Amino acid sequence: MLAQNKLLFFIPNTESNIEMPYISSGIKAGFPSPAADFDGTRVSIDQIVVKNALATFYAKANGNSMTGAGIDDGDILVIDKSMEPQDGKIAVCFIDGEFTVKRIKVQENSLLLLPENKLFEPIEITEENNFIIWGIVTFVVKKL
Amino acid sequence: MFALVDCNNFYVSCERVFQPQFQKKPVVVLSNNDGCVISRSDEAKALGIAMGVPEFQIRNEIKQHQIAVFSSNYALYGDLSKRVMEVLSAFTPDIENYSIDEAFLNFKNTNTTNFETCGLQMKQRVQKWIGLPVCIGFAETKALSKVANRIAKKFQVRTGGVYVIDSEEKRIKALKWTKVEDIWGIGFRLSKKMKAFGMVTAYDFTAPHNEDFIKRTMGVVGKRLRAELLGQSVLELEQQPEAKKNIAVTRTFEKSITNLSELKERVSTFATVASEKLRMQKSCCYGLVLYLRKDKYKAGNERYNFTLYETMPFATQSSLTISTTAIKMLEKLFQPGETYTKAGIIISDIIPQDQKQFNLFVEENPKHEKLMKVMDDIRKKTGERKIRLGNQDLQRTWKMKQNFLSKKYTTDFKELLDIKC
Repeated sequence: MLAQNKLLFFIPNTESNIEMPYISSGIKAGFPSPAADFDGTRVSIDQIVVKNALATFYAKANGNSMTGAGIDDGDILVIDKSMEPQDGKIAVCFIDGEFTVKRIKVQENSLLLLPENKLFEPIEITEENNFIIWGIVTFVVKKL
Repeated sequence: MFALVDCNNFYVSCERVFQPQFQKKPVVVLSNNDGCVISRSDEAKALGIAMGVPEFQIRNEIKQHQIAVFSSNYALYGDLSKRVMEVLSAFTPDIENYSIDEAFLNFKNTNTTNFETCGLQMKQRVQKWIGLPVCIGFAETKALSKVANRIAKKFQVRTGGVYVIDSEEKRIKALKWTKVEDIWGIGFRLSKKMKAFGMVTAYDFTAPHNEDFIKRTMGVVGKRLRAELLGQSVLELEQQPEAKKNIAVTRTFEKSITNLSELKERVSTFATVASEKLRMQKSCCYGLVLYLRKDKYKAGNERYNFTLYETMPFATQSSLTISTTAIKMLEKLFQPGETYTKAGIIISDIIPQDQKQFNLFVEENPKHEKLMKVMDDIRKKTGERKIRLGNQDLQRTWKMKQNFLSKKYTTDFKELLDIKC
């Protein structure tokens, strides 16, 4: 009697996530392109503006109080939540129910939020205020 | 050492990251279609808002206590969840994403010795970097880390949100504190059985005289759970999330349907959505269930739920095949003159797509595969189902009630947080 061999077929997984670099020069016998080894290392703006991807968030600036610091209406702010707030840093703050972006100045008994536009007044933060520093602005993306 | 990290009131906490005005205020998040409450802030819990309660039942409370209400925003929750998992994986390479807001960690491949400190560090980092509060329980087994996590959460002020079970004394004390219905994997029905047998706490569950009963009622699962609670680690981290065994897409109609072609349109749409889910988890199926519900009130004492099961000659993941099969089933099940209020498609007998067996006699048109890929790519790119089957309504959108939806702050440049300056 013949042994009954059951055949089990498998379909190759063609959706593997391993991506191969595409070598545009083609592959020829002979002297290879000296640049081939350096393919696939294209630069991205992320490499500059994102230090800590897990803690980085983007937001849109709305207003003119920080024009002196280079933040104009409609710019995109790169915010790093993992950075510690320090005197002189530009921070996204949440104060009494509203987000705002200002330069922080540490004083003896209070904190000042400084605008960078003469038309705006500094804001003094006291214990009365419901206040948090949400993150530090590290870069601004703007359209010219 | 294992750890269970769990985000506190996850969906609510995600909303609060971008809307801090709702810190310390009662907040609830509703399920898809704004149906029921699926996440509550501590303040909402204190007001007596129950988990799973339909939104319309608590409208008075919402008004009276000014409870903030959100539709579920899975684009946001998904992104924040991924960030949390990545922050945690810096502490140990061995991590299991147990659910959107929970992760098991195993520290066997690390040289961490002080778990209390490590836990506080993890908690602090997730809070600072992402803005989400978490609680962490450490223990020698997965089931015990779950118990430790409950303690950390329940006594947050005293524990600082981190609790480590690292001695027999602590283990026994923790088990005596844990009710049997709160043990990991003991559902409502099982807990009733356990209680009827005289068990009140997790400690009772581990008692020698209950061992036989547990084996009898829960089999090997119960045996393992018991060992875990006794401190013998038998459950490992599951690295790959298991593919779903069933995929169901069922909806109650906005208006009841009596007309077959209208019903066909719905069933076909449900079938294509279910097929998309099937392809997303890289699986095929060869079983299909069609479910129809007649108007309950018109049916009187008659039966109003109808289902039909069919197997397909070959495993498939094609919307075309699944939809066509579903339509054929509908033609069998449909009774003219009846009013239907709900329909659904349940895909069963699911296998991984690379284990599909060939059928010698019937096989699917190989063009389907390419077509499905194009349809999926376009849907992913545009976020819309631009290509539909001929029996689907082209005007109709997949409508979901989302009246209280927050923005996709982290996944869409058009919806970034707006900051005054």
